[in-house]
Amino acid sequence: MAQDFRLPGRGRIDRKKPIAFTFNGRTVGGYEGDTLASALLASGIRLMGRSFKYHRPRGVLTHGADEPNALFQVDRGTGRADPNNRATVVEAVAGLTVSSQNHWPSLEHDIGQVNDLVAPVLTAGFYYKTFMWPRSFWDKFYEPAIRAAAGLGVAPDAPDADRYVHRNTHCDVLVVGAGPAGLAAALAASEAGKRVILADEQAEMGGSLLADLTSTIDGKPASAFVAEALKTLAGRANVTLLSRTTAFGYYNHNHVVLTERVTDHLAAPDPKLPRERLWQVRAKEVVLATGAHERPLGFADNDRPGIMLADSVRTYVNRYAVAPGRRIVFATNGASAYRAAADAKAVGLDVTLVDLRPEAEIGPERALLSGIELLAGHTVVGSTGGKAVTGLIVAPLSGGSVGARRTLACDCVGMSGGWTPAVHLFSQSRGKLTFRTEIDAFVPGTSVQAERSAGACKGTYDLASILAEGWAAGADAAGAPSTRAFAATPATPTGFKAARVLPTDADPKNVRAFLDFQNDVTAKDIGLAVREGFESVEHVKRYTTNSMATDQGKTSNMAALGLVSEILAKDIPQVGTTTFRPPYTPVTFGAIVGTARGETFDPIRTAPVHEWAVKQGAKFENVSLWRRAWYFPKPGEDMHAAVARECRAVRESVGLLDASTLGKIEVVGPDAAEFMNRMYPNGWTKLEPGKCRYGLMLKEDGFIFDDGIVARMAPDRFHVTTSTGGAPRVMAHMEDYLQTEWPDLDVFLTSITEEWGVIAVQGPRAREVIAPFVTGIDLSPQAFPQMTVREGEILGVPTRLMRVSFTGELGFEINVPADFTQAVWEALFGYGQRFGITPYGTEAMHVLRAERGFIIVGQETDGTVTPDDVGLSGMVSKAKKDFVGKRSLARPDMARADRKQLVGLLSADGRTVLEEGAQIVADTRQALPMTMLGHVTSSYLSPTLNHPIALAVVSGGRARMGETLFVTTPAGFTAVKVVAPVFLDPEGKRVEGLVEGGVHA
Amino acid sequence: MRRFSLPTLLAEALNAHTGWSRQWRNPTPKPAYDVLIIGGGSHGLGAAYYLAKEHGLRNIAVLEKGWIGGGNSGRNTTIIRSNYLYDESAALYEHAVKLWEGLSQELNYNVMFSQRGVLMLAHNQHDVQSFKRHVYSNRLNGIDNEWLTREQTKEFCPQLNISPDIRYPVLGGALQRRGGTARHDAVVWGYARGADALGVDIIQNCEVTAIHRGPDGAVTGVETTRGPIGAKKIGVSAAGHTSMVMAMAGVRMPLESFPLQALVSEPVKPCFPCVLMSNAVHAYISQSDKGELVIGAGTDQYVSYSQQGGLHITTHTLDAICELFPQFTRMKMLRNWGGIVDVTPDRSPIIGKTPVKGLYVNCGWGTGGFKATPGSAHVFAHTIARDEPHPVNAPFTLDRFRTGRLIDEAAAAAVAH
Amino acid sequence: MLLVPCPYCGPRPEVEFRCGGEAHIARPADPDALDDAAWAEYLFARTSPKGLHAERWLHAHGCGRWFNALRNTVSDAFITTYEMGQPRPDIAGDR
Repeated sequence: MAQDFRLPGRGRIDRKKPIAFTFNGRTVGGYEGDTLASALLASGIRLMGRSFKYHRPRGVLTHGADEPNALFQVDRGTGRADPNNRATVVEAVAGLTVSSQNHWPSLEHDIGQVNDLVAPVLTAGFYYKTFMWPRSFWDKFYEPAIRAAAGLGVAPDAPDADRYVHRNTHCDVLVVGAGPAGLAAALAASEAGKRVILADEQAEMGGSLLADLTSTIDGKPASAFVAEALKTLAGRANVTLLSRTTAFGYYNHNHVVLTERVTDHLAAPDPKLPRERLWQVRAKEVVLATGAHERPLGFADNDRPGIMLADSVRTYVNRYAVAPGRRIVFATNGASAYRAAADAKAVGLDVTLVDLRPEAEIGPERALLSGIELLAGHTVVGSTGGKAVTGLIVAPLSGGSVGARRTLACDCVGMSGGWTPAVHLFSQSRGKLTFRTEIDAFVPGTSVQAERSAGACKGTYDLASILAEGWAAGADAAGAPSTRAFAATPATPTGFKAARVLPTDADPKNVRAFLDFQNDVTAKDIGLAVREGFESVEHVKRYTTNSMATDQGKTSNMAALGLVSEILAKDIPQVGTTTFRPPYTPVTFGAIVGTARGETFDPIRTAPVHEWAVKQGAKFENVSLWRRAWYFPKPGEDMHAAVARECRAVRESVGLLDASTLGKIEVVGPDAAEFMNRMYPNGWTKLEPGKCRYGLMLKEDGFIFDDGIVARMAPDRFHVTTSTGGAPRVMAHMEDYLQTEWPDLDVFLTSITEEWGVIAVQGPRAREVIAPFVTGIDLSPQAFPQMTVREGEILGVPTRLMRVSFTGELGFEINVPADFTQAVWEALFGYGQRFGITPYGTEAMHVLRAERGFIIVGQETDGTVTPDDVGLSGMVSKAKKDFVGKRSLARPDMARADRKQLVGLLSADGRTVLEEGAQIVADTRQALPMTMLGHVTSSYLSPTLNHPIALAVVSGGRARMGETLFVTTPAGFTAVKVVAPVFLDPEGKRVEGLVEGGVHA
Repeated sequence: MRRFSLPTLLAEALNAHTGWSRQWRNPTPKPAYDVLIIGGGSHGLGAAYYLAKEHGLRNIAVLEKGWIGGGNSGRNTTIIRSNYLYDESAALYEHAVKLWEGLSQELNYNVMFSQRGVLMLAHNQHDVQSFKRHVYSNRLNGIDNEWLTREQTKEFCPQLNISPDIRYPVLGGALQRRGGTARHDAVVWGYARGADALGVDIIQNCEVTAIHRGPDGAVTGVETTRGPIGAKKIGVSAAGHTSMVMAMAGVRMPLESFPLQALVSEPVKPCFPCVLMSNAVHAYISQSDKGELVIGAGTDQYVSYSQQGGLHITTHTLDAICELFPQFTRMKMLRNWGGIVDVTPDRSPIIGKTPVKGLYVNCGWGTGGFKATPGSAHVFAHTIARDEPHPVNAPFTLDRFRTGRLIDEAAAAAVAH
Repeated sequence: MLLVPCPYCGPRPEVEFRCGGEAHIARPADPDALDDAAWAEYLFARTSPKGLHAERWLHAHGCGRWFNALRNTVSDAFITTYEMGQPRPDIAGDR
């Protein structure tokens, strides 16, 4: 399309670099330096979107981050499409596919516009008052219809093709915003030699000065000041300049988070570049120079395409060389719009200015209007047009009454209702806002963190003052206070008279003056909310949805607040302020997530023999942070067959398990035994060096916390093992008590989980398998009985060799330095072939230990289980005066007879393998809710017994031996017999390896 | 009170909605009330409503230090479910769900209770066991909950990534079809309007600064920023500020208050059908009627009243969301906020009498109080009116921390072995 | 994210630390001497104040040492840190 509205010979676009993109299928031209909005306006496209509720035609309202209307779906290729992009900030790049949102079948002809016809019904909160009958219709009918109508763009449905990175950095001074205040601040702070980061959300730094063709600073044009300032800053090694970078969150202790859009402005970005870079900055001091947002005016039909903010008109004209219209009416209640009018006039546009203020209140800005018709003391009562504005209806005001209407024909309206300082980051920093009546705005008051504001975000609008304030803020932040005066001419006109909804002669019932353009909230909605008792601004916001749209109320927040205060005749601070929450502008999940995707999302840990297991075709399961071999299927085997084979091998010959994931902690020091005594319920003083003991650990609440074998290596040295998942928390638990309760104990704790790999060799042939490799240890049963530990070498590598068994068989756990684990494993595996040695996984381990009746913490226990509940009261010393958890075991509830106790269950039919988690009842005929006695904690088909076995916790279970109970299955209840929770070798003879041949339960 | 209905709405549409009156009055506090509820959140307002409606009390006030619904009532992710493990919890939350099912009609206020189903994902064998335990337990308690296979989870929530190769593969899930969401603000306003119509005084901007007790130790009233107010009974329903309020009566609570964060995305067209929870990766997500993805994050680790947490907490949650739903990396976070949640040692609430005569407390809801709102309010009202707990809240005493009879939902979820 | 002033290492980001909750709740020397209520008080009762809070921090991914801190729970500002076992400093800070 021809760029009929492009102005010649001006602007910051690069006319040597034309670009083209498509908008709703039509090709639109532009130049580098354009935003989507400026390029569309240059081609005369005004209609850019449909509003959320009424589907009203909308054009661009602003030129920046505050845009509520022009939101686009932007498609940059496969995996690069996303919704709700503000046309005013997306840079126009060759090849983009852009479409408008929230309409059907097309932007021009949107069926949703019928909503506008029934708008009188769809008022604030209407949905709370209806859709309640009949009851079932809400889920089935009303809600789906509402949902389909709501939403804006379409969520991406393909995986993201881009990547995102994080940068963590520190600086002395972070300056947010590179307008005049921010530039001056950065100059001052960096001159003092401090490390400075200057960040600005726009493609080009300079802020408002980029659209200022009339001001001079220290005798030079504003644009030259910007160029020189940036040159100076770029030349300083202590300065980092970040453009296209939005500081969106101000968190605790000066943690400010910024997102940099790295490639969105590039037509063919280097694939090595991330799309966005998240900067996590910890700044010693922060200068906020975030500017201000212009306010719309509230009048009937103030939302037609072509009606925009006055300063946006100025920016499109001066910065983007675009005429947003040929006949422009400015409507204002303050002086700033006069500059916009003058600039529009200067490029030959037909300009009229309507000022709510009477002639007498108009200040020196009057002089800017040479050749421009001024209608002072006029109100705006409406607009004409459909998909574009065709006229603005104005009327004189005299003595509070509205005079004769007059329609000013126009194709663009620039409105200005004053300015709202962008105090978002200040508010996020938890600073207290204070209200300044003369500018009708909240400004930063008391700071809580090390920051200060400067310029328009502080309510300072005069250019010379902004620059001086910026300089002083930068110098102050750098710890080298200084002042500098800037000569800025001409003086910035700042006259202003606050206005709410503009006076009108129309019946207020029929006036729809939009405050929140995106969410279609009108002044009437605010009135209704207040009438219904919603008086706090937060209530008004929630009831009407004002300021809840994607712009988060940047253009609507103060309007609503002002209106509520007017209706209630209360001062604005009494009505309340909004506390701003992060983010300042919406931030992609991708930028926040950064590289924590796929393999780097919560990286998995693998044990030393992992690669070997992978090569063997093992199947794996995740266990806490680890990926462990689950079973090792042979070709054609399913899980059941593989596990059965692995179990049989251990029972009949020998198996190998990588047990390296067990947590290991070394407890060392003269007071080590005393420390162990206090941490564990059983006694440790009498455990001789070289011996092992089962350790059951309680928390102070008396419930089982973890368990594991503990080996006493020396009088002052214990090798403690924990469950796989428990390693870090047991270490933390011990360290906490050691440092904070018993600092007098001379003990050191060291996590040695990574230091030692552990190979469990289990089965009647275990001794024979390891014997050829072990040196320095007498492996004979007499010299090396069950539950002892020896130090020696295996394959010449140091080992802590434990004779322990979690399978019930003769077995050893070989601790070797982690790096040698695989070598030892392979040697054992190779040699063991003659015995049919079989690697087994966690599933076989679970079956084997369940057959023998050993519990697993976290499976048989759930954090509400005492030692007695699982039949381990013998572990609790009666002799010790105190240990962690002791006192809690004496509470009344701990001795209840109906506590759930560990039992075994055998399926009565001899076939049914119960489901873990299944519930147990005594009587299946009872009505719901049934009395449940407990649940199945472990259940397997025992390959050894060829019978299903299960462990369960059952209320008063130990007194129910032999009883028949009933267990839930997907198909109903099944009968079980309650038995002791040991299914094999209750006397524990097999650990001596004496049982040859068959197995007898 | 003007009844809400389609006919009245249409009539008002023709009348420019000038006929609607205040949904609740703005009364001046009376010198004394029979019952004072401290805390104008949904639990407190609900309790006032049921006190008036079901127990015939008329002289009731709700004291709110800010604006009603300004605390956790308006800051949560609105998930509703009752598939809790322990009988006590299941009964409490199911009591609530049954009331939710008729709440819009009960209050004549559309609270938009949407039973879109709550799906909890199992990511490892331990989760599978734990969820089956929940499913079986719930069903025997008469509460719907069903086990879904991996493929069935995908059928129910097509957006889900069920590849076996991801860090936390989906092994299946527990689905409560009667679970869902509701519009949190509407619950507050609906109860407020209902209570007000029954004569309850809702007094906003009225912060309690002291609790007065008589010679016998019983409560006699409170001191507030709007002056002293007498009371025969006081119900504390102050969420994150409970410790502070109870301290005024000299009661130390087994509570700590932490910031809990949540966020919403920009609104998009319907792209997510249900409520999905993954405890293993700490992700809770649904899509609101407005189109925003509503995402619950975790608590910060330190006691704070700042209603603002660290970005790393939110980051952790979004990491998990994007792992389960890789297509959402280009969705944008629109708003991120925090609430102050009061957490008990066993993660179950305390609803009942206190050591101080005439003082009752409803607290400790931690991260999950919204779902219980009507049930909690209903049994708290019963407890205050009768000076004895309703059977449903009888186990949720303060005394359980002494006896050791905890209702430890957190522990029961246990930990991977 | 807080910036936690480790007295041994200097200020470090919060993710390196674990907060251990309220400080100065010493484990009773003779638990058996306490009745159930007093034991429950030790185990579970916490102040959770709005204002200054004496709390325990562990520099878990750093020096591994526990220390006490005074922090304001409204502003989240750290007022001071001090060694385990030291009494709570007598500071009236309401920042």
